Amino acid sequence: MSHIPEHYFSTQGLGNFTQVLLRARQESAQQVCLHLLSSHGQDLSLTYEDLLQRSLRYTRALVKQGIQSDEVVIIILPHGEDLVASFFGTILHGAIPSIMPYLTEKLQADQYLSALQALFAITRPAGVITYADFEEQVRIASAGGPVREVFVAEEIHSSQFQEKPAVALSSRELKGLDRPPASIVLLQHSSGTTGLQKGVALSHQAVFNQLESYSQALQLDTRDVIVSWLPLYHDMGLIAGFILPLLLRIPLVLLSPFDWVRAPQRLFHAIHRFRGTLCWLPNFAYNFCAQKIRDRDLESLDLTSLRAVINCSEPMHWKSHEQFYKKFQPYGFRETALSTSYAMAENVFAVTQGGIDNNVTVDTIDQQAMIGTQKALPVTELSSETKSEAVPVVKMLSAGRPIAGTRIRILSSEGQELPDRQIGEITLQSNCLLTGYFHRPDLTEKALINGWYLTGDLGYLANGELFVTGRKKDLISVGGKNIYPQDIETLASEVDGIHPGRIVAIGIFNEDIGTEDIVLIAEIDDDTDCFSTEETELIRHERIAREIRQRVTQGSEVALRQVYLVKRNWLIKTSSGKIARSANKAKYLEEIG
Amino acid sequence: MMHTDIIQGLSGYISGQILKQPGLLINPDDALISSGLIDSFHLVDLALFVEDAFGVRLDDTELNAGTFDTLSQLAELIHQRAA
Repeated sequence: MSHIPEHYFSTQGLGNFTQVLLRARQESAQQVCLHLLSSHGQDLSLTYEDLLQRSLRYTRALVKQGIQSDEVVIIILPHGEDLVASFFGTILHGAIPSIMPYLTEKLQADQYLSALQALFAITRPAGVITYADFEEQVRIASAGGPVREVFVAEEIHSSQFQEKPAVALSSRELKGLDRPPASIVLLQHSSGTTGLQKGVALSHQAVFNQLESYSQALQLDTRDVIVSWLPLYHDMGLIAGFILPLLLRIPLVLLSPFDWVRAPQRLFHAIHRFRGTLCWLPNFAYNFCAQKIRDRDLESLDLTSLRAVINCSEPMHWKSHEQFYKKFQPYGFRETALSTSYAMAENVFAVTQGGIDNNVTVDTIDQQAMIGTQKALPVTELSSETKSEAVPVVKMLSAGRPIAGTRIRILSSEGQELPDRQIGEITLQSNCLLTGYFHRPDLTEKALINGWYLTGDLGYLANGELFVTGRKKDLISVGGKNIYPQDIETLASEVDGIHPGRIVAIGIFNEDIGTEDIVLIAEIDDDTDCFSTEETELIRHERIAREIRQRVTQGSEVALRQVYLVKRNWLIKTSSGKIARSANKAKYLEEIG
Repeated sequence: MMHTDIIQGLSGYISGQILKQPGLLINPDDALISSGLIDSFHLVDLALFVEDAFGVRLDDTELNAGTFDTLSQLAELIHQRAA
């Protein structure tokens, strides 16, 4: 075994992704770096040599069509070999890839197209790589815009291409070799129309700094095997479940999110088969895996190889850990493998890591003090016993300590640094922060104050560990995705009988599924038809509710849990006429009891 | 079991357990998956229900609109396999 050295990239004189890939190919050409598993057809194992050669097909296609290094290339492909090859092929050319979710059968084409157009308008990509079935749509979305070339993966995949020996790859040929460390290597977007306006631009150096620090926090070594089902268009999947292993030469086993959601046991079969040691999951996946897998589908599996399953990317709950542990303990899953992390695309990925060399700290605090005075007052075992009836408590899972090179401060709403155990906004400073939001200096300026990034998340520090308690901004966190409520409201407002400005989308935590449910509250007009009866009213309401659900499911990555129809003037507005989300959430919770 | 009984059972489960709108009427020919009425996270629930209620196992590779997209298509599938 050998630990990943502390300054992996700098001590080897590696300054950009292309240099790293060529070095890996030079030293470990025949090492299998990636196992792509598929529910239909053949599994595929790629060596560094394979990975490079397949990526070079894309590089060549980009060169041929005159895409310049420094230009953005949007990638819209299903999970698989071409997604991987086009991503690295773009980087080898020195261009900037950004992976977008692809159109699934339920997403409505027109919604998706308008989202794409919004993305093109801000990001101004020079090219788009997609699959044949979607080419036409992309061409429509690109018309009159900045996109000069639409590439079809199937054509590039099967293109005749002379394989190049390593020595023949010079910087004259591979523009990616000359990219300075501070240049942008990739863009990451979050979900929805609003999220698409904010492309997080990351430099080679920032990613390297993150990987160097994070590999130390994980105590990563060459015996590790990473198994992931996460999509590559989110930071957790892209960094932890893709770039980190491939750049650090840790074997990666990749499943498609599409396969996982239909048969979550596939993840555990992969862990068993490849002796997986590390896996990242959003909180809801702990519940999902614990509840939706039949024991017979886990028979004779051995999960003892797992040394860390890392809960990340949405609020973490100890009950989810408990459920997961109970379900998988009979198959050798160890409690010490339960780990946590606080991460975000703006810091490349990890901000903190917990539970690697010790168990995750659970902080039992006074619920009333937390809500009322914004203080995290620990309730000791003894006092909770003596006055267990009197003191409702919250069990908080620690997100661990900041990784090397990242510092955290908790600020009051006035911008003052707060002491331990006081809840405020989490801000951070690090050597791996984003360069900026791509083409959005206005947003960048708002988010970064004196070099500190304002996360919009709320939390507290205790003994050097971070506890995340909630959010300052209105984002709804569902199934590991951050959803902007205004995107949901816009979709719902397209339904006949619903008016913009008279709807509100809120997120309500559902302990059973381990993530938030989205509830949409909408005011509807009284039926003016004097002949209407209670029954026709009911049918009308059902129609509206159903159309709203359908609109939202087809136009976004999420589904609504409930559509709550109310009479006019039910919704509480602020003095400036805006919908007050938290007040309406409180009113809703009170009404439904 | 009658085709209509299967449809009724499925419909009751989907409106009550998945959509949490017990009163909702789902027509046998309404699109379920392609319309987005059932999102991907609930497909596995539906498969588990079908197995428990009708003793028919659906493979995960079958959980898409290409195999069934309406109550009557799913009922037909169940009917065939149960026979």
